[in-house]
Amino acid sequence: MNYIFYFLIVISIVIGALNGKLEDVGNAVMSGAELSVKVAFSLIGIMAFWLGIMQIAQKSGIIDFLSKILKPITKVLFNEIPENSPAIGDIAMNFSANAFGLSNAATPFGLKAMEELQKENIDKKSASNSMCLLLGMNTAGFQLIPTTVLAVLVGIGYKNPTEIIAPTLLVTCIAFTFAIVLSKILQKVWKGQDLPLSHTPSPQSGEGNVTFGGKE
Amino acid sequence: MTKILNLISLWALPFLILLVLTVGIVKKVPVYEEFTQGAKDGFKVAINIIPYLVAIIVAISMLRASGAIEMLANVLAPLLKSCHIPADVLPLTIVRSLSGSAALGVFSDIANNLGPDSYATKLAAIMVGSSETTFYVLAVYFGAVKISKIRYALIVGLLADLVGIIAAVWVCNLMFG
Repeated sequence: MNYIFYFLIVISIVIGALNGKLEDVGNAVMSGAELSVKVAFSLIGIMAFWLGIMQIAQKSGIIDFLSKILKPITKVLFNEIPENSPAIGDIAMNFSANAFGLSNAATPFGLKAMEELQKENIDKKSASNSMCLLLGMNTAGFQLIPTTVLAVLVGIGYKNPTEIIAPTLLVTCIAFTFAIVLSKILQKVWKGQDLPLSHTPSPQSGEGNVTFGGKE
Repeated sequence: MTKILNLISLWALPFLILLVLTVGIVKKVPVYEEFTQGAKDGFKVAINIIPYLVAIIVAISMLRASGAIEMLANVLAPLLKSCHIPADVLPLTIVRSLSGSAALGVFSDIANNLGPDSYATKLAAIMVGSSETTFYVLAVYFGAVKISKIRYALIVGLLADLVGIIAAVWVCNLMFG
């Protein structure tokens, strides 16, 4: 993340200077900072509401029920977390909310899932395989009906706006599947965190890498 | 068909709330107490992500203001043209991973200027509808749990976006080309 952050800012300043837009870039710092707090503040109420609903859903057994239904899928995808982990229910809710286009609800559920995954994470600063997978599933933006886009199309007088639903769904399915497969492939080759969770993390292994079959 | 889909969009949210509350009441869950108990965390989570949001949103805002996106679009133009992507959609292919509001802005612009019958409008609609803002999701989701080593997460997000663009062009060509 350090390099990405640095890279974005250096590129902006260098290219801004080349284009003679340094003033705009400077202003963007202020407006961007302001915008991010606005975004976070607008999230407070939404987060609170959906986390409240989530709590009821949990106590009334809805989440357990949903987890059970999606278990065959989550068991394969999130094979590194215990089967009875509360994260499974949160992931199920996150996915369902995304699918129905309730992105406002999907974020709180997703963040709750992240918190649960973090509890089972070995290195608290580094994303676990399951966390990367959950992130990939969310960035792919899987949803059944693209409500915002439909609203814009209706607004410009598009005759049959619903005709874009099927192609959009197909595209999002392709990207979503790709994100999952790629996550699964990369977790095998990417170094840094490949401790199986059933093993207790050994404090003496400095880099956190497992030495398979390592002899004492 | 249109009516059914509109009904689904209209009812998804109220139905979910109603369902959760009704099941709660039936199962004798103290719904009000539990709701407020759960809602307490909303503030904490939203405040926790502010530093991460500031970092990402400021960096992306600077990038947009610098004109780098247009430059990249110009560099990529010949390549994208050979793949039958209209020039108007070019900025969208880059901006949709960076900023959700900007992507929606570009899309509205295309839709309003080129009208409902243009191929670009259809392609843009599919591209925007099938993607989520990778950088925003990354900042919020990992920020909430204070993850700074993101490993391969961004690569997955960006490559999935790229696959999404290719798939959108392919499907759009197939259906409306």
